[in-house]
Amino acid sequence: MSLRGAAAITGLAEFKPSRYTEGETTLGMLAKVAADAIADAGLEPGEVDGLITESFAEAPFMAPAAVIEYMGLDVKFSEVIDLGGATGAGMVWRAAAAIAAGMCETVVCTTATRREKRTTEGPKRSASAGFSGRRVDRTPEAEFCVPYGAIGANYGYAMIANRYMHEYRVTPEQLATIAVAQRYNACHNPDALFFGQPITVEDVLNSPVIVDPLHMLEIVMPVAGAAALVVTSRKHAKKSKRTPVEILGAGEHTTHKAITWAPSLTDTAIRASADAAFKMAGVRRKDIDIASLYDCYTITVLLTLEDAGFAKKGQGGKFVDAHNLQFDGDFPLNPHGGQLSFGQAGTAGGMSHVTEAVRQLQRRALGRQVKKPRLAFVNGNGGIMSDQVSLILGTG
Amino acid sequence: MAGEQAAPYTKPLPEPTDVSRPFWDAARDHRLLIQRSRKTGKHVFYPRAVSPFGHGDELEWVEVSGRGVVYSYTVARRPTGPQWAADIPYVIAIVELEEGVHLTANIVDCDPDSVRVDMPVEVTFHDATPEVTLPQFRPASG
Repeated sequence: MSLRGAAAITGLAEFKPSRYTEGETTLGMLAKVAADAIADAGLEPGEVDGLITESFAEAPFMAPAAVIEYMGLDVKFSEVIDLGGATGAGMVWRAAAAIAAGMCETVVCTTATRREKRTTEGPKRSASAGFSGRRVDRTPEAEFCVPYGAIGANYGYAMIANRYMHEYRVTPEQLATIAVAQRYNACHNPDALFFGQPITVEDVLNSPVIVDPLHMLEIVMPVAGAAALVVTSRKHAKKSKRTPVEILGAGEHTTHKAITWAPSLTDTAIRASADAAFKMAGVRRKDIDIASLYDCYTITVLLTLEDAGFAKKGQGGKFVDAHNLQFDGDFPLNPHGGQLSFGQAGTAGGMSHVTEAVRQLQRRALGRQVKKPRLAFVNGNGGIMSDQVSLILGTG
Repeated sequence: MAGEQAAPYTKPLPEPTDVSRPFWDAARDHRLLIQRSRKTGKHVFYPRAVSPFGHGDELEWVEVSGRGVVYSYTVARRPTGPQWAADIPYVIAIVELEEGVHLTANIVDCDPDSVRVDMPVEVTFHDATPEVTLPQFRPASG
């Protein structure tokens, strides 16, 4: 059984990224953005019979049931997805799979990241909580990496970049170009965090080095936000008021959690996930109109361009030089500005690569609409090049 | 190292499990002990309760030389955690041991800007507290 065309995305909702939230609960944000997506699809909550959400601190277990109850839903299928930044993309094919298996007809997928300003008396994140930010972490990563300051993601992507530069060649200018093109896109998206703040290659290279060789403007800024999608059966999608965006291909691949134990720093699991997605969809790389690539760092985009098959291995830098990555260029990349310039709202930031692809394919990306796109490639990336999910979405 | 122990150690420390305890016990004795697969002869890191090489295998503890190379690294110009604020710039690296396994450590006892990929390194032991010793790596003495 293939998922090709079994289901389509009809509705979406996304909160404008903000540095902080005030007076919000994660549960409330998950419910609000899900309700907005259901309305955007032209549906009533009673017409939704499936829900997928993420793992979040307020509901340490049975998270989907907590959201279902809060929203007053009555569903036949629920699931929690824990794939880091690949969570959003991972939700989409799982929703399609549940629909294809006949478990339900219409699934809402919801993600949200709350971010309160910390007060001095507030709970502090313990360093031993490691990447997850949760209080208890007894993974080998917490035991064997965190004591050495291997905390967060910056250090890991910096090690990837240094290894890449040892094995292949990419110039700081080529990496900076990726950030500059995405900022150009963000300057055409009023919802982007960095709307109205264009940057140049010199700005990127003159920004402080945080971890060698990564400059501040090559690193995402964590923000608050929320994003949700409605996935429905082919039959229901035909009746939708929105242009159905079909899930044509999907692939997923994971080999490690901590970057220390990645089989390679430069040949990533994206290769396998992207190949699977393209094979299922039966389309070629050159057929893709929009690349919506997880971009926590510029080096992530470079590796994705190569491993997803748009550029040859080691030629990502040349690819960046040879193409215009702006939404109005010949290789539109992250038209919303990417997380680098739209904002990195945790799992909702990862979901933004799916919502933007859908918005573009439905031709409602005001001010930054790619010219008549039919096919989009989406890549979600969790942790430090850990979980990879690739999707091919199209309007047929 | 006695002087370093005078100030309380504020960085996160490993919490050994029953599975990993032999590694940390050996580190306290300034020995690097890792697991090896009986079936394949391949070394394994971190300590595991089950072999990644399939059914019927067993993992045995063996002492290793502690020699290796820098597989990759970064110099942190800003602290990666608040407890490292006084340490910048410092090096976080993935070290590839002669035995083929990868582990994370700091590269110490050298100028951070002198660290390179493939640079030969050797283990050195830092007694963080009386109970916990962290294996670290420094440029190989040659």
